[in-house]
This record gives sequence, C-alpha cells and structure tokens, in this order.
Amino acid sequence: MTEPAAVPLLSIRKLTKLFGTFAACNGIDLNIMPGEIHALLGENGAGKSTLVKMLFGVLAPTSGQIVWNGKPVTIPSPGDARHIGIGMVFQHFSLFEALTVAENIALSLDDNIPLSKVADEAAKLSKAYGLPLDPSAHVADLSVGERQRIEIVRALLQNPQLIILDEPTSVLTPQEADKLFETLDKLKSEGRSVLYISHRLEEVQRICDRATVLRHGKVTGACDPRQETPASLARMMVGAEVASVERDETQELGDVLLSARNLTVPARTPFAVTLKDISFEVKAGEVLAIAGVAGNGQGELFDALSGEFPQADRNSVSIRGVAAGHLGITDRRLLGAGFVPEERHGHAAVPALTLSENLLLARNQSDRNVFLSGGALGIIRHGTLTDAAKRISETMDVRKSAEDPPAGSLSGGNLQKFIVGRELDRQPSVLIVNQPTWGVDAGAASRIRQALVDLARNGSAVVVISQDLDEIFEVASRIAVISEGKLSAPFPAGDMNREKIGLLMGGMHEKNEGAEAADAH
Amino acid sequence: MIIEAILLTIITAATPLVISALGELVTERAGVLNLGVEGMMVMGAVSAFAATAITGSPYVGVVAGIVVGALFSLLFGFLTLTLVANQVATGLALTILGLGVSGMLGESFVGQPGIKLPQINIPLLADIPFLGPLLFKQDLIFYLSIALVIGVNWFLFKSRAGLKLRAVGDSHASAHALGIGVIRLRYLAVMFGGACAGLAGAQLSLIYTPQWTENMTAGRGWIALALVVFASWRPWRVLAGGYLFGAVTIGQLHAQALGVGIPSQFLSALPYAATVVVLVLISHNRRMTLINTPASLGKAFVPDR
Amino acid sequence: MRIELERRPRLSKFFMAASPLIAFAMTIVAGAIMFAALGKNPIEALDAIFIMPLMEVWSLHELAIKAAPLILIAVGLSICYRSNNWNIGAEGQFIMGAIFGSILPVVFYGWQPEWLLLPMLIMGMIGGALYAAVPALLKAHFNTNEILTSLMLVYIAQLFLDWLVRGPWRNPEGFNFPETRQFAPVGVLPEIFSESGRAHWGFVFALVAAVGVAFMMKYTLKGFQISVLGQSERAGRFAGFSSRGMIWFSMLFSGALAGLAGISEVSGAIGQLRPVISPGYGFTAIIVAFLGRLNPFGIVAAGLVLALTYLGGEGAQLSIGVSDKVTRVFQGLLLFFVLSCDTLILYRIRLVFSGKRAAEGDAA
Repeated sequence: MTEPAAVPLLSIRKLTKLFGTFAACNGIDLNIMPGEIHALLGENGAGKSTLVKMLFGVLAPTSGQIVWNGKPVTIPSPGDARHIGIGMVFQHFSLFEALTVAENIALSLDDNIPLSKVADEAAKLSKAYGLPLDPSAHVADLSVGERQRIEIVRALLQNPQLIILDEPTSVLTPQEADKLFETLDKLKSEGRSVLYISHRLEEVQRICDRATVLRHGKVTGACDPRQETPASLARMMVGAEVASVERDETQELGDVLLSARNLTVPARTPFAVTLKDISFEVKAGEVLAIAGVAGNGQGELFDALSGEFPQADRNSVSIRGVAAGHLGITDRRLLGAGFVPEERHGHAAVPALTLSENLLLARNQSDRNVFLSGGALGIIRHGTLTDAAKRISETMDVRKSAEDPPAGSLSGGNLQKFIVGRELDRQPSVLIVNQPTWGVDAGAASRIRQALVDLARNGSAVVVISQDLDEIFEVASRIAVISEGKLSAPFPAGDMNREKIGLLMGGMHEKNEGAEAADAH
Repeated sequence: MIIEAILLTIITAATPLVISALGELVTERAGVLNLGVEGMMVMGAVSAFAATAITGSPYVGVVAGIVVGALFSLLFGFLTLTLVANQVATGLALTILGLGVSGMLGESFVGQPGIKLPQINIPLLADIPFLGPLLFKQDLIFYLSIALVIGVNWFLFKSRAGLKLRAVGDSHASAHALGIGVIRLRYLAVMFGGACAGLAGAQLSLIYTPQWTENMTAGRGWIALALVVFASWRPWRVLAGGYLFGAVTIGQLHAQALGVGIPSQFLSALPYAATVVVLVLISHNRRMTLINTPASLGKAFVPDR
Repeated sequence: MRIELERRPRLSKFFMAASPLIAFAMTIVAGAIMFAALGKNPIEALDAIFIMPLMEVWSLHELAIKAAPLILIAVGLSICYRSNNWNIGAEGQFIMGAIFGSILPVVFYGWQPEWLLLPMLIMGMIGGALYAAVPALLKAHFNTNEILTSLMLVYIAQLFLDWLVRGPWRNPEGFNFPETRQFAPVGVLPEIFSESGRAHWGFVFALVAAVGVAFMMKYTLKGFQISVLGQSERAGRFAGFSSRGMIWFSMLFSGALAGLAGISEVSGAIGQLRPVISPGYGFTAIIVAFLGRLNPFGIVAAGLVLALTYLGGEGAQLSIGVSDKVTRVFQGLLLFFVLSCDTLILYRIRLVFSGKRAAEGDAA
C-alpha cells in the first residue's frame, strides 16, 4: 500500500501543549503516511482532543513542530488548516442548529465561494459519497447521524489530504458506523489519509492501518492494531489491567420496584424528543440497561422517571408499588428512589459549590432530619454534611485536593464517583442512572459499574441508560433499546448481541415480538 | 390632511425606536445582550445637540451622535467581550453612566434653542399626493432608518458576513472551532448597535424635539429593547413594531391635547403599559421564543488558547 | 497588544476582597481626571465630595439617611440577582411602597392611634411586594423578561405618584402645591439619636435586613436554594427546588424591602408625599448590590459609599460649584470599575504583545 520510503504526509515532532502548568500534550511524536487510516487511541483526558485541536489550528502549541509534506508549518487558525489540506469532523458537532445545512457548510468554506453555489456543490458531493443530505433543512430538525454527514461533507468539500475524525462512531448505530467505514475506505482508496480518534478497540482493529496510543498526554505505544489483542491495546491505553465487573448470575429476583406504564411525554422544547408509550418493569435484584444512540430520548426518559418534569398521568410511573407519575423528584426520592443524571456540571452538581453542599443538593429532603435542624427554618448542619461527604469520598475512593473542595475542581471520574456514591450512601431501593461513565477514566468507570451491580445484588432495582455497549453488556441483566422516543421490549442480556441491539437502535421495533419471542429461539 | 399630519408625527416618533431597535437586533443576533441602549441613545442625543450648537450644522450633529454612540458602546464591549463581565449588569452600568455624563455635558445647553435637521425633498416623488409628504419630504434620518431596515435585512440573510454573525450568535463555540473571529465580530456588532442608538438619540435632539433636556430619551432605549423581542429578531418586524409604538405615543399625546377626561399621567403611562402588554403577548408562546432567540444570547465567551 | 484571560484554577480570595477597593481607587483617579478636565482643582473637589461630609456629626446623620434606602433595597436585590432574577424596577417598588404606606396618614389623616407606624410600615412592604408581584407573575407564568417589565413599571409608578399628589391626594390646605398633607407625628418614623441629627430608624431596618439576609444565605436551606438556583436552574430542579417559586420569593422579598425603604424615606426623611421622592435610590441600589458583591455586609459598606456620593455631590455643588450631575457620573464609573475588577476574581489577565505568541512557543 504505502511505500516505506515515502515522505509522511504529516509529521509531528515533540508537540507540547501546556495549560498553566498542566501538560495536556507532552512531547508527542506522530507520523501519518499518505493513504493510511491512522488511529489515535487513548482514554478520556489522554490528550487526544488537545492534539487534534492543535493540528486544526484551534489551539496554539506551546512548543514542538508540525511538518506537512516535508515542510515545517504553523497552523494559526482552522482556516489555515483547511488551506493546507486538513479537514476535521468534530466529536461534539460544531454545527449551528438555527441555520440550514447549506449555511452550515458555507461557513467552513472560503469567503470567495458564492453562497448560492454551496448548496449545489454539497448536494453533488453528498451523492458521490453516499451521504444523502437536504441542503435547505434546518440542523435542529436532523438526527445525530445526519448531522455527522454534514460534518463529513463539509470537510470533504475542501478536498483535504488529511481528514481528522474525533470519536465519530460514538453517536452512530453499528449499522451507521458500517456505512461510515465504507466512506473511509473510499477516501483511503483515493489516496487521502485519515486520522481516526477513538477509544473503541474493536473498530480500530477493523479499519486502521496503524495506531498511536496516548496516555496522560504522552505517546505510550505505536503499533499495527491488527497485530495486537484488545487486551494489549487496553494495557497501552490504561497503563494497568482494569478490573472487570463481577456479577452473580444466579441472582434471585424480588418484587417489581419500578415500573413505567404507557409513559408518553410530549416534547417540552422544539429540540426535544417525544416519548411514546414506554412500558417496562424492573424487579429487585436486576439491572435494566437501556441502550440507544445519543439524542433518541434518553434525557427525556430520565427526566420523566426522576420526576424533574412530572407527568399528568399518575400511573405512568410507579415506585415500590406507589403511583408516582404526578410526583416531583423530591417525593419520588422519599419513596426510596435515587437518581444520577448524565450531565455532571450544572445538573447533578453545581461546580462552584463544595462536595458537602452538593451532597445537600440531592438529599435535602430525603435526609432532612439528618442534615437540617430548626424545623421550618431549615438550618443547615454543616458539620454533619462534611462528615457524610467525607464518608462517601472514602467509600468511593474519590481523590480530591482538599478536605471539602468545590465540585468543579475534581476530575470527571472523581466527581462522578462522588455523585454515584452520594446516592448509594442512602441505599436507594430504586436507582436510575443516565450515562454512568460518560467521560470517565477506565479505573473509575469499572468502580462505578461494580457499585451499580452490587446495589442490584443487594436487592435494589437499577436502571442504567447508556450509549456504551461495552458498559451495557457488563452490567445488564436485561437490555432494552430506546430509539426515537420508543422503547423496545427488554430482552435478557444473554440473548442479546451487538447486531441485534444495532437493529433495534435503527428503530426496527416491528421485527421483534417482545422478549418472549426472543426467549423462545 | 389631519390624518397626514398625525401620520407624520407617528413616523417621527417611531423613527428613533426603529433605528435603535435595529442596532440592538444586530447586537443580539451576534449573541450579545446590551441593555445600555438608553445610555447610548442619550449620549447620542447630547452630543448631536452639542455638536450642532457649536458648529451650526445639524449634519455634523448627526455624525457626532453616531460616533459618540459607537464609542460609548465600546466601553460595554471592552467589559463584556474582553473582560467577560456580566452583560446585564454592564448594560445597566452603561445606562446609568450615560444618563450621568449626558446630564453633565448638556448642562450648559439646557434651554438653548436647537437647530432642526432640514427636510430633504426627493424630486418628483415628493409631489405624489398624500404619500409624497409622508415618505419623500422627510429628513435624512428618516431615509436612513428605512435604508437601515433594508440593509440590515440583506446583511443578515444574504451576505456571508451576516451568516457568520448569525452563526456566532447561535453557537460561539462552534464558530470559534471553525475559525470565525467571535470576539471581533461581536465588537463590530456592539459598535453597530451603539452607532444606531447614537443616531436615534440624534433624531430626538435634532428632529423630535430640537432641544436638549436631561433624560430626554425617557425610556425609549428600553422600549427599543422590548421591540427586538417583539420583532423576534427580524428587521421588518422591527419596522412594524416601531410604528405601532409610535402610534401609541402619538395617540396618547393627541388624547391629552383633546382633553378626553383621562388624567394626563395615565395617558403618558400608556406607551410603557403597552410595552408590558406586548411583551407578555409575545413571550407567552414559549416555543416561538425558544426558536427565535439567538442561542448564545447573553453568554460570555472565553476562547481556549 | 492583546488582552488574554486565563481561567484561575479556583476563585481568587484576594481579589474577592480587593476588587471593590481597587474599583473605588480607580473611580477616584478617573474622577480627579474629570475634575481637572472641567477646570476644577481635583484635590479640592474630591475633598468636598468624599471627605467633607464625614467631618461633621449632623452630616453623618444625613449619610445614614441616604444609606438606609440604598442598603435596604440592595439587600433585597442581592437575593434576586443571586437567584438570577433581574429585578431592576426597585425604584418603582420603592415608590409604590411609599404610596401604600401613605394611605393611612394621607387618606385617613384623622385617625391617629399611637401605633400608626406599624401598619404604615407593613402596608409599605405590601405595596412594594405587590408591585414586584407583577413582573414576578409575568415571568413565572408567561415567561416574560422581568428586566423590561420591572423597568417599564418604574415609569408607570412615577406617573401614578405624580397624579396622586397633583390630584386626589393633594393637600387641600396646601395652596395648590403638588404635595400631600404632612404626616401626623404618630406617623413619622422617629430619629435614632434626635439630639445629634436627623437619622431615622430606616437605617436600623437596613442593618437588621442585612444581618437577617446574611444569616439566611449562610445557614438556611432557603439561602442554599437561592444560590443553587442562581447558579444552575437545572441543578436546582434536580434538588427539588422550584425556580418558579424562587421567582416569586425573590421578587416579593426584594419588593417588600424596597417598599419598606420607600415608606421609611417618606415617613422618616420627607414627612409627606411629593411628585419626586427619590433621587434614583432604586437604580443606585443596583450599583450598591454589585459593589457589595451581593454580600449583605459588603452591601452595608457599599451603601455608605454611594450615599457619600449623593451627599458629597450636593456639598460640592454648593462649595465649589460643580454640577450635581457628577454624582451620577461617579456612580456609573464605580459600577463600571467594579464589574471590570471582578474579572480578576475568575481570571488572570495577561497582556500579550503581538508577535510574542510565536516567540513564547519557541522558548518553552
């Protein structure tokens, strides 16, 4: 494919980026050959995003050199990156919801291309690569997969020699991902190079020619991923073996502790998903995992189950046999439920408040007589709170810089351990968690998953909403899939595989006749 | 002809509202909420009057109003864009400062007769019966106001720079990632808003009531802010809304003159009450508001470096 | 040259305390430049504004009189701003409090029980709270921007007061002057130390309110709710706090305090209703709230400083003939500098000279 003597398309030498004293990237070396798909592997916080932002001119390197086609270059802005031939598909889309597809594309093109021509060009290109798009549609109305297509078409319009994709499959169904891989192969056959950023070992092994592994801002390995095993790659990424979650498969199930019956919730905002007729039951001792691609109603389902936005129908949700659909989050907590939302900053926790204050945030009524005194006056017992926060931190191994620091000063993983620990500490009989380990390092993720499984083992009902299929298979007793606001019937975890989940994610509800049918075969 | 006279006064009352609201519309489309319209407007009014009094030329006054308005808005821009201060509080500060500084600068001009901006007749068109005197025997600022509505509409929806401006207002993070100069564009948008507010102020002290009195803007800057919401950030609707408010203002003045038996204070309160009512009617539809409001309005932006 | 901000790992405690002081110092410097430009001796002018009023006991009393409404209103506003409710119509609530509180001594002037003050003050608070209830209702149930509605209501309140004192409430024995009857002695807020000056109990109310709010913010669940909802509505909802309830609470609370300030001012300092009863206390209190960092004790200090600008402005007008408009200019400048200095709490400010960025890259 590529001749060994060829000049690398891109060569990075000792690239370093400091934020204050923290080195997000520390002396990184990397070569990308023409016509190769090169993987950049690493955990969250390993420095992958910082590195590509420097390549795309969004961040300025502190030191080091970027060599493009044999010539040293500086890339002061994304416009310059595009000019020399680098295109980028962002992880968190850099799209404008209020604008149309054509306007979004026009924004990343040179100023001398007339706006009227953009739509035609985009349509032509999207057809050529099998990425259908309607140029006049507003982005706000599009699915996540369609949005990614815009990003890709936008990058391709520049006719780039190198395309950077940042975690592109995290928002796709397995089938959509397959289509993406076809597109990448096509690009490769045209002699273009791809820098493919991911933490998913399987797909890296499937499509990438070479891989560079980052950990804590440094290169810890460069290899041919096809010669490695997932375990050896994981070791390079994480630096140590990660404990796998232990489960007791012989768990006996108890009463139904949480159920949803024909839960239907209209979209609250123009950008939200409508929940349609969702029903399920979770018994004591089991973990129901709800898989799905981002933006299919996971947040809305969490809001409806937590009671942050109560429903009119009191029977739509019941907790420990009590109709709770009309109850707010406080009353649902008093019934014994606990909740862990997806967003840590500004939802599960207030970054500027201390850990003990963030403990009070979730438990100001459920543990009122412990944390408050003075009756209606509601005097806060700061001492008791600090002790409890300390206890939780110790149990969950939360690493922090001070006795009771602001939540915002903790790393994502440590804060998430605290937020989960905050709920576990009161032994909830029902726990509902949305994306429990999103953006969390492997060590913390494994600890959190174990804690969820243990809670179920001790007789609670646990619902885990997640986009991460590995996580789903690790913790679930039963698996259901949410797609466009509809929930499939739950299937026993043992009967599920990635392909089946993928079909359900694509909304193939009509093909399954429910869990019984799946059991039968 | 009484109808024509009334319509003329309505246009005169509406023009400063339309101009200042258009300026604020552009500012807000870029994602910046500048509550200091009142302050910039009053600064424009005093500088236009002073420059006219000193040079004898009201056209110099118009330019002075625009320039001072834009410069004054830079203060706001520096605080909110460079130092990322709270936009609401800084806007209030701008209003308080503007009212104070204008009062001090204008002290020696109080009671002085002003020079009115002359009328410019457009040949031929001015002779059209009824419409001619209304639309084509007007002053420079009126013509500018119409040109601004058309120009801003074209700029926002047809030009590439306008597209960038809307993009910045929709998501500054995405815009930054694409290499659009967020802060620079916002500075320009803020200054445009300031220039418009200054021009609107010049209209007040050179046309509406050609003299200087302290606080002569009398809340018009705030009404302009309400107009932007009313217009759901669309230039043509600003024009319509501005004339509606102009009509309310003039209507109550005529009612006072006729002595309809309602205390004059109640009639004077009418434009303010109408603003509240209109705001309620508009914002009642949460969905509409959500769709139209620039998504990053009022949010501070600090780029990573 | 370019200014770049670098987020501090945590809030700077030093600048939290120092920023109001730096802002004050910058205001003084800017003021000195302004006076020099006006052809006045800056030292003399600043002395007249900031020092002279502090040299006499009677003048300290006047300071307390002017500080009382500023502090009372600002303490209430701090609750609003902390919870992200932008009530900027305190001036109108102040006026409505004064009007409501004056119903008894003006309309029912013949009725003069010993304890008349108590219902007067309560009605003043109710008046302010009711007036603040309008923007609260509109925000909570119609999603209407409270900044604009509360401000529009200021103009309406001013016109309403003007109508009352020129119309139905005008003193029939007052030679057609636009003012109401003088309040009966039982309706006048007493002076604190009547031997030495005029300062009335309004100042005590202000201090009590400051202490009360400080306690609430630090030790009670209500205070916790306020700061959580102010920082993140979503987190507040997760905690089970109602943001709609907080709109009502904060607006009514600040309205009531503004109303109390209004009736205290009328009953304690003026003694009757007139067309204009406030030199913009409701707006200046916004500055006080920010200068005091939305902290009740900071607000007490800031209220005294801003009261000094009023008093000094009046004095300077008499003694060295500068316009009383300089008061407003000083107040505006002060707010500007406070807001700029607050950046230092969150960020480190760096001046980057062009070309330095590349050089930096090579050096490190």
